[in-house]
Amino acid sequence: MDFWSLLTIFCLACFVGYFVVWGVTPSLHSPLMSVTNAISGIIIIGAIISAGTPYFTTGKILGLCAIFFAAINIFGGFILSYRMLIMFKKKEKK
Amino acid sequence: MSGFISFINIITGIMFILAIRGLSSPQTARQGNLIGIFGMIIAIITTLFSQQVNDKVYPLIITLFGGGVGIYIALKTKMTSLPQTIAIFNGLGGLSAVFIALASIISGSTSYLDNSIGIIIGGIAFSGSMIAFAKLQGIISSQITKFNHQHLLNLILTFCILSLLFIFIISHNPIIFYILGISTIILGILLVLPIGGADMPVIISILNSYSGWAAVGIGFSLNNVLLIIVGSIVGASGSILSYIMVKSMNRSLLNVITGGLSDFDRLQSNEAETKIAKPANARDAAFIMENANKIIIVPGYGMAVAQAQYVLKEMAEILQNKYHVEVKYAIHPVAGRMPGHMNVLLAEANVPYEDVFTLDDINREFITTDVAYVIGANDITNPLAKTDISSPIYGMPVLDVEKSKTIFFVKRSLANGYSGIENPLFFAENTLMLYGDAKQITEQIVTNLEND
Repeated sequence: MDFWSLLTIFCLACFVGYFVVWGVTPSLHSPLMSVTNAISGIIIIGAIISAGTPYFTTGKILGLCAIFFAAINIFGGFILSYRMLIMFKKKEKK
Repeated sequence: MSGFISFINIITGIMFILAIRGLSSPQTARQGNLIGIFGMIIAIITTLFSQQVNDKVYPLIITLFGGGVGIYIALKTKMTSLPQTIAIFNGLGGLSAVFIALASIISGSTSYLDNSIGIIIGGIAFSGSMIAFAKLQGIISSQITKFNHQHLLNLILTFCILSLLFIFIISHNPIIFYILGISTIILGILLVLPIGGADMPVIISILNSYSGWAAVGIGFSLNNVLLIIVGSIVGASGSILSYIMVKSMNRSLLNVITGGLSDFDRLQSNEAETKIAKPANARDAAFIMENANKIIIVPGYGMAVAQAQYVLKEMAEILQNKYHVEVKYAIHPVAGRMPGHMNVLLAEANVPYEDVFTLDDINREFITTDVAYVIGANDITNPLAKTDISSPIYGMPVLDVEKSKTIFFVKRSLANGYSGIENPLFFAENTLMLYGDAKQITEQIVTNLEND
């Protein structure tokens, strides 16, 4: 894809992000940070591509390190958010 | 095939948007989180099995290994150390961006500008988050630390980084790229080191957005649509959170980053004449609360430190069930060390989220309130922010606790808050001070309430 299409996608995504995030209730701002944190670990895709070369080059080893860090970020972030979210409870009906 | 992959990319992008969308209400949040996890798994699998990736075994093993470590950390983390764990995860995301940018330049990528953006933002996100972690964990002092020529040094370093970026784009010399990476890591350390504890919500939000923008940079370099979509959403989220936090302190982003309130402001406010605050004990507090119709609890970072949320909930329940008092919680946006910190702690103690209100929603209710129970908070209740134009916190939105009939401040001492400004409320007619540890004081009140 050429640069201008990517830039178009970037602008549209910022726009969507802006509106979605303003809709988040303030009481869930901590889980929001944790979830977006986990989602930003999507760069693991870039890491997998870097580490996907057949031969063991420096680039591949760096890519594997990147996978490791991003994977901690992703799985840790999602589980942490989930732990926070299960605590938010409604009032018990009497 | 590539058309199919871009279709899958859009689908996963939408799943992440739904994950955030779910956070608009606690009822839909868990479901949203599961959609997000599912989207991430799809994204990883489609990448692993795309034609771009020849070796699938090692990346898969490392993904599972890293994932295991992440899950272990997330399960072991105590809710008290939530802010620092989020900081660590965020830092690792930044570090990952640094490694990808390095790998791609070493493998001969020609996306010089995109990779530079990736390494600069990723580097700052990494080292900044690590310092934020160290401060929150108490490894280094969370006080505002200033050193000589701090701003000048940061300015020179920023200038160096921009020059290195320029030289690298022209010369394509990898050595310059490595120096660029190291300089941004140093800049991240220097930027976060001077920041004081109460400004942490802003800093954590900024670093959060950086990890998103770093993903965007890498996405441009690898021509990957999904990275760009997701990175922009994360970047937007962090930026909006920083904006909300900064607005709630009535300060500018630059003011927070450059080290906050000046010493001059502090000196001036400390010159105030000595006045007398009225101390009270748990017995008095219990008696006044029993006979109230409506109580609003205002928690601050002090509640988190003392771990007083459980006993606080116990107190609220006895008041509601035994004495039929209406109890609500009022949360200021910057209370605590990260956005929404107090909400999570109260949720941990099983406080129903319907009883917890934001500043805008509850502020007009203080006038009809009998007791405001301020526990471990100070600056966010200071009425000077509304009246004293010379005050450094003038214009900051505060909770109108002074309008309630009686105010209890649970505090260790009369010391000033983070801003260093004296709170005239301590000396007000209707204020009673409860000196001591937030948890112990509340426990004593509970005992009194039970026995009456």
